[in-house]
Amino acid sequence: MGNDILVLVEHHEGAVHDSAAELLGKARELAQAAGGEAVAVLLHDGSAPALAEGLPADRVLSVQHATFEHFLPEAYVTAIAALLAEREPRLTLIANTTVGMELAGALSARTRTPLAAYCIGLELDGDTVVATSQVFGGKLHAEVELGSGIASVVAGAFPPAEAGGTPPVEELAAPAGLDGLHMRFLRRIEPEVADVDITAEELLVSVGRGIGGEENIELAQELADALGGVVSASRPVADAGWLPKTRQVGKSGRKVKPKLYIACGISGAPEHLEGMRDAELIIAINTDEKAPIFDVAHVGTTEDLFDVLPALTERIEAAAKVA
Amino acid sequence: MHIVVPMKQTVDLVEELELNDEGTDVEREYLKFVANEWDEQALEEALLLKEATGASVTVVGLDEADVDQTLYAAVAKGADRAVKLTGDFEGGITSHQRASILAQVVQGLDADLVLIGVQSPEDLDGQTGVLLAGTLGLPHVSVAIGVEPHEGGIKVSQEFGAGVVHEIAVDGPAVIGIQAARQAPRYVAISRIRQAMQAGGLEERDAPEPAEEGSPLKVRRLFAPEVTSQAEMLSGDAEDVAERLAQLIADRGLIKA
Ligand SMILES: Cc1cc2nc3c(=O)[nH]c(=O)nc-3n(C[C@H](O)[C@H](O)[C@H](O)COP(=O)(O)OP(=O)(O)OC[C@H]3O[C@@H](n4cnc5c(N)ncnc54)[C@H](O)[C@@H]3O)c2cc1C
Ligand SMILES: Nc1ncnc2c1ncn2[C@@H]1O[C@H](COP(=O)(O)O)[C@@H](O)[C@H]1O
Repeated sequence: MGNDILVLVEHHEGAVHDSAAELLGKARELAQAAGGEAVAVLLHDGSAPALAEGLPADRVLSVQHATFEHFLPEAYVTAIAALLAEREPRLTLIANTTVGMELAGALSARTRTPLAAYCIGLELDGDTVVATSQVFGGKLHAEVELGSGIASVVAGAFPPAEAGGTPPVEELAAPAGLDGLHMRFLRRIEPEVADVDITAEELLVSVGRGIGGEENIELAQELADALGGVVSASRPVADAGWLPKTRQVGKSGRKVKPKLYIACGISGAPEHLEGMRDAELIIAINTDEKAPIFDVAHVGTTEDLFDVLPALTERIEAAAKVA
Repeated sequence: MHIVVPMKQTVDLVEELELNDEGTDVEREYLKFVANEWDEQALEEALLLKEATGASVTVVGLDEADVDQTLYAAVAKGADRAVKLTGDFEGGITSHQRASILAQVVQGLDADLVLIGVQSPEDLDGQTGVLLAGTLGLPHVSVAIGVEPHEGGIKVSQEFGAGVVHEIAVDGPAVIGIQAARQAPRYVAISRIRQAMQAGGLEERDAPEPAEEGSPLKVRRLFAPEVTSQAEMLSGDAEDVAERLAQLIADRGLIKA
């Protein structure tokens, strides 16, 4: 086992994903302490030079193959498993995106190395890597030891490193097995165009599963109308079809930064917080005082949303008349 | 086509999560357990495939708190077979151990396709589905929002950030991590679940031993996160709270005429 910290660099449509700078910043810090290098791994179909430019890494390992034109899970796993077996890094950092959820577990199983998932903290304690992970929907954190292994890292866990310089690029041969895959990329579908662009709205009344049913969305709509804002939602509400997918806030929805975000019956799972934690004023209405939404909210109440929403709507309407 | 859907019982997150004496896990004995919501999505997707193709669906559950209820509910919804793997799981097991057990069971069941929830709230050492695929050496697609028949195999819709979707064709056996089924999981009346329970038919077998892990994670401690920006909690009844909130919103100049 070496002392290098590997970072898998995610990129789509010719652009490096935000996670790369966050992971590489942490990798540099750990590599310095461990006496190794921060190594960026780029799988690509010919775009490595452009992607490598400015990457805050000590070195780039580049593997080129036509199948890397799009993210194809089996191809990525095959190539990175081969690379890990050969390089034996101390630690491999992977963002907890769709790509990361595909790779981290697969690589852990294939290379028989431990995995700390949903990681939000990484430190060296002597020779031991200590990771802090979110569990139980963010309600608890776990501190775990992994001698060497893989960490899948939650978005925003580490500050991004400044881009700078162009690290040396080492070309590696593509491994065997990329020509006999069991899966094929068919097409990419862009998200539908929204009736309302929630990322452009200043006031969002956001509803979660606590709203109980489609018939109750009205309560949030009335408040949104009084405020001149719109209604957005957590994932389960959009999945249930109570509101359009385009209103979904979070990891697989939209990232929003409104002046006011009122979270009604939303627990504040990490995947939701990812999309709204930077709102200027966050008000949370949730009957569970331990709900993680209160960790990011500025003001909170454990009163029932079915009581608070109508009462608040009434007052905002009255104030708007006076204003 | 034979579809296997592993179903996991997980802590109900609405509960107060107390820690065990060592502080290394939640105190499982008194907690309420429910079916992992993403496994419910996987079951729904399997039932949709069954309706479209005549596939058969087998649900598999470890003997965890209230798993009978979950397995019989699946049968009441349309699963053809339900298998309960008996053993002592009261202390909880890791995702790697679960994947190892399931790998042995899935092989024995001759599955063409495994649909499983994309994650569970307890995946400290990774998600079961992708570990299962890695253990079996099978192709895997994570964060799937649709699985449909396609040219003799399947077509999987994989969801990325901001709603971008890729369609991927997969041939031969595979494990798919389901984020959401193409429609909301169907509802089944309690009376129908009771009927299924009375009819019985849960196949029970001993769970195989999980393989030794090379170097498992060592949990030092579990703890409630230190809150970085503690919310100001408003006291009083809903009317008082509404009054304070309206004032706050007005003070920020956010009320429009
Ligand atoms: C790959 C992936 C991507 C994801 N992307 C997203 C995403 O983009 N956006 C997203 O939101 N989620 C996303 N999720 C799902 C996420 O993990 C959570 O499941 C989801 O955010 C929970 O939604 P919720 O808070 O509405 O529901 P719950 O967690 O069920 O919370 C409901 C809350 O309502 C409260 N409540 C109930 N009744 C009342 C009442 N009367 N008054 C006040 N409060 C009440 C409860 O106390 C509870 O806290 C993703 C998951 C995965 C695996
Ligand atoms: N697989 C993907 N293919 C193309 N674009 C993606 C993919 N995943 C994420 N993106 C884009 O990357 C940007 C940020 O994604 P994220 O930070 O994951 O929410 C968004 O504009 C997405 O459209």
